[in-house]
Amino acid sequence: MVTNAASLGRSGVHDFILIRASAIVLACYTIFMVGFIACNSPLTYDVWHNLFSALPMQVFTLLTLIAVLVHAWIGVWQVLTDYVKNVAVRGALQFVFVMAAFSYLAAGILIVWGV
Amino acid sequence: MKLDIAVYRYNPDVDTKPYMKDYTLEVAEGTDMMVLDMLLLLKEQDSSLTFRRSCREGVCGSDGVNMNGKNGLACITPISTFKGKKIEIRPLPGMPVIRDLVVDLTQFYTQYEKIKPYLINDEKAPAREHLQSPAERKHLDGLYECIMCACCSTACPSFWWNPDKFIGPSGLLHAYRFLIDSRDTATEERLSELDDAYSVFRCHGIMNCVDVCPKGLNPTKAIGHIKSMLLKRAV
Repeated sequence: MVTNAASLGRSGVHDFILIRASAIVLACYTIFMVGFIACNSPLTYDVWHNLFSALPMQVFTLLTLIAVLVHAWIGVWQVLTDYVKNVAVRGALQFVFVMAAFSYLAAGILIVWGV
Repeated sequence: MKLDIAVYRYNPDVDTKPYMKDYTLEVAEGTDMMVLDMLLLLKEQDSSLTFRRSCREGVCGSDGVNMNGKNGLACITPISTFKGKKIEIRPLPGMPVIRDLVVDLTQFYTQYEKIKPYLINDEKAPAREHLQSPAERKHLDGLYECIMCACCSTACPSFWWNPDKFIGPSGLLHAYRFLIDSRDTATEERLSELDDAYSVFRCHGIMNCVDVCPKGLNPTKAIGHIKSMLLKRAV
């Protein structure tokens, strides 16, 4: 068995499940948003504000932001381990990507719960 | 009929870098032949041209090469496949080149070794032999026929990038063959060895392996079954 510590999951199966589960959340959120925008024309500030003031939407958005973090972490790790062979460079790049993903999550939480 | 051919040439003892050498072959109008026969005719012109071949009938898997961008066995690929276009012959991609069309397959065999390609059975040995029912034997169809020509693994980007960690389509086809063999009792141990982020899960199902397999096998399907077995075991 090949070991690794930098991926998010504890094993290949764990990564496999996490990446697909997060993809389902992202797909649901995308479909919902596209449908919402299509069905609410014109999309005014009030409509948008009311949507994100509702607790279920805030939770759904938070869930989606976590799904982005999980999906990006595993996906970026896979791409970097394919194409960047220098361990120091790969480690540094992954650190930057994961920190950026956490920053997006933190910013998203502040924005969504600040509505 | 004139055949325009370009062959990858590299002799590390003489050449500083690889190059494509053009050849022309005069054959009778309407002639068809296998790429291996064409290479043998070229070798008569240029004896320094180096390639592997043995059985010349698609059984031994020695003469896997890249022909006009697609891996295959030279001995069972007719030149008519290329419809009169210039024929470009290169070594199997992603592997270190020893000379001309001969590649070093050490990494490929190392991955094959990892999957323990033999029956493991810790039960008391039967008096004569381990029997299989026709139904149990049927499960192995489409798996045991692999001749290890390496056409599939060397067509797989995941194997190109991680040949030391990803087992590759050929090795995984063999792995599944032993995982579902009714006589094998090491299923759990075999799955444990594969449950990491590289060995199996680097396969993203692009099916290059299926596209090039000269025996018409389906490694992607076998890999999918291994993933399902790992998933069922984990959840």
